[in-house]
Amino acid sequence: MDREIVHNVVRLSEVTKVFKMGGLQVEALKGIDFAIKAGEYLSIMGPSGSGKSTLFNMIGALDKPTTGRVFIDEVDVAQLDAYELAWLRCRKIGYIFQTFNLIQVMTAIENVTLPMIFAGMSRDEYLEKGMELLRLVGLAERYHHKPSELSGGQQQRVAVARALANDPAIILADEPTGNLDLTTGEEIISLLKQLSTERKVTIISATHDIKMLNVSDRVVWIRDGRIDRVEERAKLKISVGEVV
Amino acid sequence: MKISFNSIKVRFFRSLITTLTLTLAIAFVAYIRSGYELLNAIWTHADLSLQERILAGGYEAVDGRFGTSPKDTWLAILSLIVCVVGIVNAQLMAVTERFREIGTFKCLGALNSFVVRIFLVEAFYQGLLGGLSGSVVGIVVSTVSIAWKVGWPAFRWWPFTGMLLTLGWGLFMAASLSLLGVIYPALVAARMQPAVALRTEQ
Repeated sequence: MDREIVHNVVRLSEVTKVFKMGGLQVEALKGIDFAIKAGEYLSIMGPSGSGKSTLFNMIGALDKPTTGRVFIDEVDVAQLDAYELAWLRCRKIGYIFQTFNLIQVMTAIENVTLPMIFAGMSRDEYLEKGMELLRLVGLAERYHHKPSELSGGQQQRVAVARALANDPAIILADEPTGNLDLTTGEEIISLLKQLSTERKVTIISATHDIKMLNVSDRVVWIRDGRIDRVEERAKLKISVGEVV
Repeated sequence: MKISFNSIKVRFFRSLITTLTLTLAIAFVAYIRSGYELLNAIWTHADLSLQERILAGGYEAVDGRFGTSPKDTWLAILSLIVCVVGIVNAQLMAVTERFREIGTFKCLGALNSFVVRIFLVEAFYQGLLGGLSGSVVGIVVSTVSIAWKVGWPAFRWWPFTGMLLTLGWGLFMAASLSLLGVIYPALVAARMQPAVALRTEQ
């Protein structure tokens, strides 16, 4: 087989995170060592309060670890200055949130084109690409609607289109189906899966949605700020089958 | 910028309150200033009986000119300080309200300077609006109150250029006060870690 050498798109090394809450110190992450390969569809599972979202923020360079290192494309995030961090968030990573986090005062197309404006594209370029992305998620005819005029599933699809704006290497999804009903959740999941297979985007999602497991290449279980176990998909099907 | 304009439009009521603070302060200062402009303009044309009427109205001339007394100056400065404090307060609230939006901007690759710029542009718009309305209110009130005391001459020798100057001066003051008031809140907003900003509930 002449497969190209798979490199680690994200690597975590002994990452810990301590939050100070009043006088109390809460250890959200207690030493995570982990690597994510390019093109992988990875799910991070775990009960709420297990440190899932904190880990998500670490991977997305949205927060700094207390100790340890986070590498994105083998670049230590801690070494980057504000300008480079912004560049990283803009070009390398696309974010999808449980609460969609669209800008309420902007229309769908404006939301999608925003990252491209930050990236410095010209107006014609970003409008064309924005429409193309909205077509991809099936919302081209609603480009002029504000988030408040769209359903939850549609808002999340706009968010997916926005995450893809600068062709990121990684898409980070924090409970993307958490605020959606069953069918719209499935739509989003299949959309993500399609992106992962067609565009070879690395998809990392924090979730406790069982539907996510079926499409994941690997599942990481987090418990009490530590990695409990990592499962490959082949193995997973059997265990899920046994439970059901 | 279009983004700022939109967010003012949407949060119309909130920004109206901020603008109102400015309007009131500028109205007061413009009232004092335009009042003296008007008196000076009338005085040069006034005959003795009219001059007496003006003096009877409670206005004091020094060497045949009307000007701001130290008391007026202090009142004006005080009102402007109160105004700036009010703006800082209102803008801090506005920033808190928009933590999530700011966090999203930063996730999408916005630089700190972009966040600051959004708030500055918004404040500038509000300043212009507040300055305009404040100056107009101040000029109208001073004209009416002087006309009440001295009658028709107040309109006959209404100093158009002087009033225009007052208006321009009011706009400039309001814009700079508004910018002054928003600098601290904008810096607070820009310096936040995106994760912290996104964690806030709304």
